[in-house]
Amino acid sequence: MNKSSGVAYRVPSGVTGATLAKDLRLEWRSKDALNSMLFFSLLVVVVFSFSFDPNAEESRQIAGGLVWVAFLFAAVVALNQTWARELRNHVLDAYRVSPAPANSLFLAKALGNFIFVAVLEILMTPLFIMFYKLRPLGPAWQLIPVAALGTWALVVNGTFFAAISLRTRSREIMLPLLLFPVSIPALLAMVNATTAILTGQLSARFWIVLLTTYDVVFTIACLLLFELVLNAE
Amino acid sequence: MKMKRIFPILALLTAVLLSFALYEALVAAPTEQTMGNVQRIFYYHVPSAWTAFLLFFINFVCSIQYLVRPNPVADKVTNWTVIAIGIATCIVAFVIRPLPEAMEPSSVATTGLAITGLYFLIKKYFSQSRTDALAVVSAEVGVVFCTVVLVTGPLWARPVWGIWWTWDVRLTSTLVLWLIYISYLMLRRFSTSGQTPVLAAVLAIFGALDVPLVYFSIWIFRTQHPQPVIGGGGSIDPRMLHVLLINWLAFLCFAALVCWSRYRLEILQRDVEETQALEALLEPRSSR
Repeated sequence: MNKSSGVAYRVPSGVTGATLAKDLRLEWRSKDALNSMLFFSLLVVVVFSFSFDPNAEESRQIAGGLVWVAFLFAAVVALNQTWARELRNHVLDAYRVSPAPANSLFLAKALGNFIFVAVLEILMTPLFIMFYKLRPLGPAWQLIPVAALGTWALVVNGTFFAAISLRTRSREIMLPLLLFPVSIPALLAMVNATTAILTGQLSARFWIVLLTTYDVVFTIACLLLFELVLNAE
Repeated sequence: MKMKRIFPILALLTAVLLSFALYEALVAAPTEQTMGNVQRIFYYHVPSAWTAFLLFFINFVCSIQYLVRPNPVADKVTNWTVIAIGIATCIVAFVIRPLPEAMEPSSVATTGLAITGLYFLIKKYFSQSRTDALAVVSAEVGVVFCTVVLVTGPLWARPVWGIWWTWDVRLTSTLVLWLIYISYLMLRRFSTSGQTPVLAAVLAIFGALDVPLVYFSIWIFRTQHPQPVIGGGGSIDPRMLHVLLINWLAFLCFAALVCWSRYRLEILQRDVEETQALEALLEPRSSR
């Protein structure tokens, strides 16, 4: 074992940081994931907007569901590329034999995806507001924790299931098939919290607590089980 | 072979039991006052649901065991956790008693002990590789019974509630459970990995973690927006309960029988695959 890998083993955050920086740099140069996600969710916004043409009150009711469905489908695009990228040149095999802990690799990938989807959300939110004439009647600042928790809920399980679907035939289709059933409570919580904030009629607190619980439970589960998935050839 | 002799006898007994249960459900059971004969679907709906949940639970236990048993530390931790769950439910049921009115302490304690018992029974009688075969079988048969539940439910709901479907706690949780197990079976089918059992077991654990969250979220969701629920506070005519339990027994026997034969098939299939792989390894290259 050379010196650098020994250091990496003792300082897992080093591996996480290095992998994250590599993924961000790759994305910055190619912009593959972000471009396809952006264009996809733009299409969703436009198509739904002119097929429903809702007034302000209607769009408050439906926007929560629409926004999150658009982000969910767009996130799958990025998630599918996460691990597939590492198959080229057998990078994943190199990870497997390296002494770096599997968890730090997983964390790096999940954080990277979180950043991609968050950038997408920041860019898409003005468009949503424009097309759907949105003006929240509830406390708007609560949308930020809902967005952060909701995105993490999608991304942490998404990254994990992307690693599972890597070992299947037609893996691009397999990821949503695995991810969506398990994500149902998180989606329900995100959509209801967003709708509650937009309409201002109900408190979103319960849904935020539920999202937090979901995030904690599944983050722990992912970290405990990821090593098994990574090593399952 | 043992199975060849016992299987037909058990199959015959199950068939007799099923026909008796059918007679009881359609003829002997009293007609419900308000719903009429539609209510008789209950004798298929509820036993199927209980059987499906039991099978999914067996799948969960098998998945855990498949993952933890190769690792002695994790195995020990899980053993003690399961024992602790059994003891804790007994303490909660008889000593602390924070239970709602409708729950009997003895039935809660029995459930807790049954969970512990089931875990160690499976552990005693199935080797680590066999738990995976049992997991496949219980998931497959469980999905069949769960489908029966999801089909008979709307058939009953349409005349009684006036709607086919509502996003009620139990309906939604059952549907999500069904979706998760469909994706479980699809993963097994589509996997190209040599370690499909590991991936499938991981997915099963994720699914099991998901179910309480689904249940909890819909429970709150529904209490915020009241929707039609099953009327009555849970009192049931003793004759109806009798018929229900007979039907459940018949369904359980049927499920056990199907699982058994499917399990044999799975084991044989694996043996064949193993033998073929060995033969391919041992075969001298000159045979071409």
